[in-house]
Amino acid sequence: MLTDHAKLMKVLAVSKEIVGRKKLQKIMYIAKKLDFPFYEKFQFHFYGPYSEELTLRIEELCNLGFVDEVKEKKGGYYQYKYSLTASGEEFLSHYHLDMPELDIFINDLNEKPARFLELVSTILYFEHLDKDEVKEKVFTLKKKQRYTEEEIESAYQYIEELRKKKTGS
Amino acid sequence: MAYANEKLSEEKVFKDPVHRYIHVRDKVIWDLIETKEFQRLRRIRQLGTTFFTFHGAEHSRFNHSLGVYEIVRRIVDDVFRGRPEWNEDERLLSLCAALLHDVGHGPFSHSFEKVFHLDHEVFTQEIILGNTEINKVLSKVGADFPKKVAEVIAKTYKNKQVISLISSQIDADRMDYLQRDAFYTGVQYGHFDMERILRVMRPREDQVVIKYSGMHAVEDYIMSRYQMYWQVYFHPVTRSAEVILSKILHRAKSLFENGYPFQTEPVHFYSIFKGKVSVDDYLKLDESIILYYFQAWQNEQDKILSDLCQRFINRRLFKYVEFQPSNEEWTKLMELTSLFKKAEIDPEYYLVVDSSSDLPYDFYRPGEEEERLPIHLLMPNGDIRELSRESEIVDAITGKRRTDHKLYFPLDFLKDFSTKQRAKQSILQLLMGSTDFK
Repeated sequence: MLTDHAKLMKVLAVSKEIVGRKKLQKIMYIAKKLDFPFYEKFQFHFYGPYSEELTLRIEELCNLGFVDEVKEKKGGYYQYKYSLTASGEEFLSHYHLDMPELDIFINDLNEKPARFLELVSTILYFEHLDKDEVKEKVFTLKKKQRYTEEEIESAYQYIEELRKKKTGS
Repeated sequence: MAYANEKLSEEKVFKDPVHRYIHVRDKVIWDLIETKEFQRLRRIRQLGTTFFTFHGAEHSRFNHSLGVYEIVRRIVDDVFRGRPEWNEDERLLSLCAALLHDVGHGPFSHSFEKVFHLDHEVFTQEIILGNTEINKVLSKVGADFPKKVAEVIAKTYKNKQVISLISSQIDADRMDYLQRDAFYTGVQYGHFDMERILRVMRPREDQVVIKYSGMHAVEDYIMSRYQMYWQVYFHPVTRSAEVILSKILHRAKSLFENGYPFQTEPVHFYSIFKGKVSVDDYLKLDESIILYYFQAWQNEQDKILSDLCQRFINRRLFKYVEFQPSNEEWTKLMELTSLFKKAEIDPEYYLVVDSSSDLPYDFYRPGEEEERLPIHLLMPNGDIRELSRESEIVDAITGKRRTDHKLYFPLDFLKDFSTKQRAKQSILQLLMGSTDFK
C-alpha cells in the first residue's frame, strides 16, 4: 500500500539528504520525466512544476517517523532539509523496489542548485513546444528569476545528457 | 461581425438551482455547450461516489461547468467591465476557460487517475488542442485561441489575473462547487455570501484582490470550504465506495494482464489497461459505460472481481477503523496482512489504508515551495495585504493541514466464522479489540 511512499524514501536513501522543498520537488519531477516510475501529479506553480501529492507524502513519512524534516531559518525564509531516519531505512530494507540506476541520476540532480533544477523542470514541462516558445515561457512566467539565454542553453544540454545516460543505462 | 463578438439574437438562459439563471449571449459559448465533448459532461457526476452517502449528489460536471462560467461572466460583465485594470479583450478567453476547465474529467476521475496513472488535466489540454468539436469552435475565434484557453486552464497563461479567476484560493470554480455540492447533498454547510464577494472583487496586475470591506464574507467562504471538505468530500462512507471502485479497476487490469477469460470483455478498457489511451478512447468513457461493466462483472467467475462489483452495485461497502500512521500501527498492519492471508482473504483487495488531506488556506512564503496563490485584500489606503495578516479567524487555520487515515476492510467476510475462524477472530481482535463488532 505504501509503494509510492517507499519510492520516495528510496530517493532520500540514495541522496542521503535533500536541502529545500523546491529542490525535492524538482528532483522528483525531473526523475518522473526521465521515465522513472513516479506517479505523483504535477501542476505548474510559482517555481515551475509542483506536486501537492508529493508534499502530502513527505508529510506522511515524517508522521510515520521514516523521514526527518529539519527546518532552518535562512535569511528571510525557512529552508527544509530531508533525510531518511533509521526506522525509515529499516522499513525500506524490507521493501523490494526495482529502480536500477536511480542513484546515479538522483545524486547528479542533487548536486545541482535548486535554481538550475527549476529551470530544467520548467523546460521539461513545456518540452512539447518549440524551443523559442519554451524560451518565451521561461522569460514570461519566470521573469523574476531573470534566467539568461546561456542558462537556458545549458539546461537544454543537461536534459540531453540525462536522456542519453538514461537510454544508455 | 467577427465570430468572437457574435451575439445570439436572443439571450439564452439555463434554469439553475444555485445561480437561478445562467445567461448566454455569446455565440461562441453557445456553440461550445453544444459540442459533444461538453455534452459528455452530463454523464459524469460531479462528486463521483458521494451519492452512496448523500443520495442527492447526482449532479454532473455539466451543471458545475455552466455554474463556473456564470460566476466568471458576472465578475467580468458586472464587476470588472470598464475598470482600467481590466482588459476587455480577455473577456471571452476567461469565459471559455471557465466553461471548459473540467472538460478532461473522466468517470470517477479520482479512482481512475490513481489506478491508471492518468491526469484529467492532460486530457483537458488534448481535448482543447486536438481534433475535436471544441477545438473547431475555438479555432473559429482565432488560430491561437485554443492554445490560450488551454494555457489559462494549465495556469501557464501570461496574464495571471485571468488565471486567478478560475484557479486560486477564491476562484469561480470553488465558489460554484461549494454551493452546488451543498445544494445537492442537502447539507447546511457550504453557504456563503457569494454576491457580496463578487461585488468586492477588483482586478489588479497579476491577480484579483478583495476589498477589505468584504473580508468577513471571505472568512465565511473559507470556513464553508473547510466544513465541506470534512463533512462531505472526505466522508468515510464515500471513501469506502472509492476504495472498492479502485480495487475493481485494479482487479480487472490484473486479470486482463494475466489472460483471464472475461465473460464480459472489457473492450472499453483495453487502451487504458495497455497504458495507451487516446483522446478518442477516453471520450468514449462515461459513468454509464463503467457501471454497465460493473453490473455485468458481478457474474464473472473470478471471485474477487465478482464480489467487489456486487459490493459496489449493491452498496455493500467496507467498514473502517481509524489508522494513525506510526511505527506501531505499521507493525499492526503487517500483522493484519499476514492474518488476512491465513484467513484466505486477499489483503491486496480487502485491507486498504485510505488517506484524505486538506489545507484550508495557505499563503505564499518567498523561498519556499508553496502551491497556493494567497488571497489579497485591498486596504482602504490602497495597500495590498495578505488575508491571514488581517483576519484572526483565517490566521488560526492558515497552513494547518488536516489529514485523516482510515483502514478499510470487509466486516461481513470477517464475521463469517464458517471458515478460518481463528484467523478471523484474531483479525477482529486486532482491528476492534473485540470479536463482536456490530
